[in-house]
Amino acid sequence: MIKKLILAFFILLLGASVALFVYKTEPKLNKNFETQRAFFKKFPFRLGCDLSNGSFLTYKADVSAVPTGQATESMDALRDVIERRINIFGVSEPVVQVENGGLISGGGEKLIICLPGVTDVKKATEMIGQTPVLEFKTEAPKDAPQSVTVDENGVANLSIGSLYSPTELTGRYLQKATLTFNDTTREPQVSLQFDDTGTKLFAKITKENIGKTVAIYLDGSPVSVPVVREEIPNGQAVISGSFTPAEAKLLVGRLNSGALPVPISLLSTQTIGATLGEKAINAGVKATIIGFLLIALFLILWYRLPGLIAVLSLSIFVSIILSLFKLLPVTLTAAGIAGFIISMGVAVDANVLIFERVKEELRSGRTIADAVKLGFSRAWLSIRDSNISNLITALILFWFGTSLIKGFALTLGMGVIVSMFSAIIITRIFLSALILIGEGKVARFLFSSGISK
Amino acid sequence: MFIVKHKKIFIGISIALVLFSIVSLFVFGLKVGIDFKGGALTEVVYKTERPKQVALNQSLDALNFGSMLLQPTGDFGYIVKSRDLNDAEHAQLLRTLGDSDILTETSFSSIGPPIGRELTRKAIMALILISLAIIAFIAFAFRKVSQPVKSWKYGLIAIVTLLHDVMIPIGLFVALSHYYGAEVDTLFVVAILTILGLSVSDTIVIFDRIRENLRNEAHIEKASFSDIVGKSLGQSFVRSICTSLTVILVLLALFFFGPITTKYFALILTTGMFFGTYSSIFLASPLLVWVEEWQKK
Repeated sequence: MIKKLILAFFILLLGASVALFVYKTEPKLNKNFETQRAFFKKFPFRLGCDLSNGSFLTYKADVSAVPTGQATESMDALRDVIERRINIFGVSEPVVQVENGGLISGGGEKLIICLPGVTDVKKATEMIGQTPVLEFKTEAPKDAPQSVTVDENGVANLSIGSLYSPTELTGRYLQKATLTFNDTTREPQVSLQFDDTGTKLFAKITKENIGKTVAIYLDGSPVSVPVVREEIPNGQAVISGSFTPAEAKLLVGRLNSGALPVPISLLSTQTIGATLGEKAINAGVKATIIGFLLIALFLILWYRLPGLIAVLSLSIFVSIILSLFKLLPVTLTAAGIAGFIISMGVAVDANVLIFERVKEELRSGRTIADAVKLGFSRAWLSIRDSNISNLITALILFWFGTSLIKGFALTLGMGVIVSMFSAIIITRIFLSALILIGEGKVARFLFSSGISK
Repeated sequence: MFIVKHKKIFIGISIALVLFSIVSLFVFGLKVGIDFKGGALTEVVYKTERPKQVALNQSLDALNFGSMLLQPTGDFGYIVKSRDLNDAEHAQLLRTLGDSDILTETSFSSIGPPIGRELTRKAIMALILISLAIIAFIAFAFRKVSQPVKSWKYGLIAIVTLLHDVMIPIGLFVALSHYYGAEVDTLFVVAILTILGLSVSDTIVIFDRIRENLRNEAHIEKASFSDIVGKSLGQSFVRSICTSLTVILVLLALFFFGPITTKYFALILTTGMFFGTYSSIFLASPLLVWVEEWQKK
């Protein structure tokens, strides 16, 4: 008997520490959050795009040109490039996910991007779509045809493009770009290091154009037109336009993030305005608390002492789920919060089934201890079966769903699984310890339920 | 048990409710949202006063973006529904609605038709798969009960009640969408699919009790099938109501206090849960007895 008490106490302690973890790691609850040790600051709730005021973009990736079997690799490479591009712009916690078009679900490879805090879709798509095109061009032969255009005001324009002819050397052969400063002028410049092919091409270009100019084009316009003095065999070049340090840094970042491995096109965009996300979170929290209180009230009024125990294990259930959300982490959306709230209702189902069974056994004249024991073992089958059907739904929804459906299926599924543990094991431990109150009239009253005496 | 005794009345009520839902589905039609057919939804809130709808409609028509729908929302806002828009068109639309200093855009989503088509396909696949999985599960759960009603008939009845539980919320939603402009979106599909899981679990609680009583009382020749079903129902309807009540309580909290995006979702689920419980008690068991009586004839 002592063993059961110790076990119950131990579970209580464990539950309390999980709850403490959630409390400590949540800035909105913990007033001393800022003065916490760094460990507790590492686990915020991860909010989905619909809750964090941002942009949500879906791109379709065209992998038709990629050899079969390498689609996954190139999608991962695409994700990395886009992540690097977004990081340059300092967006906090962007989420970039690849959504594979499976055999059954179909629909091709997609890239889903969530940019918290970016409410300007135009800026966001520019940020993602920008590929810096770096080209090296040599002087065109003197006799090459030059194109002159005359605009509507009668001013003749000599197109500079025709003065230079393109070479094979482009940003494709770039290995690394770094920000450096000119030794004499102290002006910021961008140093380039080519890869092997690029080095050979650059050596050839410089060798053939000694004394002439080579134009470095960025996004179609020349940024630097240096004169070649000698052949450069080591594959190093410098772009020394008149950059500000910030511009130079941005260019370095863009060059290093590289080109997209597969072409992408925008399928859908979604922006959540400044206050909408916050409202949704507050409403979600409010609904959770009220839902919890309603269940607690019902359980205690209807099931009395066992009901109180069920509320206790439901609290532990909520703590475990919330800390799992933080630890895994699970990206929370409005639908995900709904899944969690519903799982609270489903979680106590098992308790209801057990308590009804216990009541029945009590009525047939068993002692409280026997009734509790039998109640658990006899209710198990229907608990298992009713939870399985919910798990089937959650699993298939998760397998098929778009990110919105996945969020719901994940929180609901997690809830169902954790609730099997909390409603059966935890409640059982507490109830077994409570049997100590004996078989008196008061005890039997406390273990009955409904409107009976 | 009065429910078993008057089974024809209760089966009749359910048939009437389902018929009513089907009629409302055909009369009102299901309004499909941009999630499935593609399109754009722009929501703006004006700071002091919103322009007149007629005037705004005229300037919107001038944009030539095809058919557009302007809906007032709240006291100062409008929702504009249109075909899917690219960046330039989106900016153009915002300028037409007003300068950026008199309004703020609270949300914008634009979904290309391919995504909608894909979602439709996925939703149908999920519906088929979940139904199949649940049928298989029911058949498995009741494989050992075969006297006097074969286990596949339990499964069949569970599916009939499932359809009942799904049809009624759909009927209600169709009426809602007619009067309040609700549209079928991803969450609607999720709600329907979740009802499938929740409703079958409720039916199982009662069938489980019938299964147990049949096992225990198999040796008693006197007890008729309808008596056993009636007795099982009497023993388990309280718990069936209580398990649903806990879920309905949280769903009501979600409906009244939760985020706007999940309001209809919570409402559909609440209806689904309510009729799921109703059908487990007042439809599934009466049907079971009816099948057994029909077999004997």
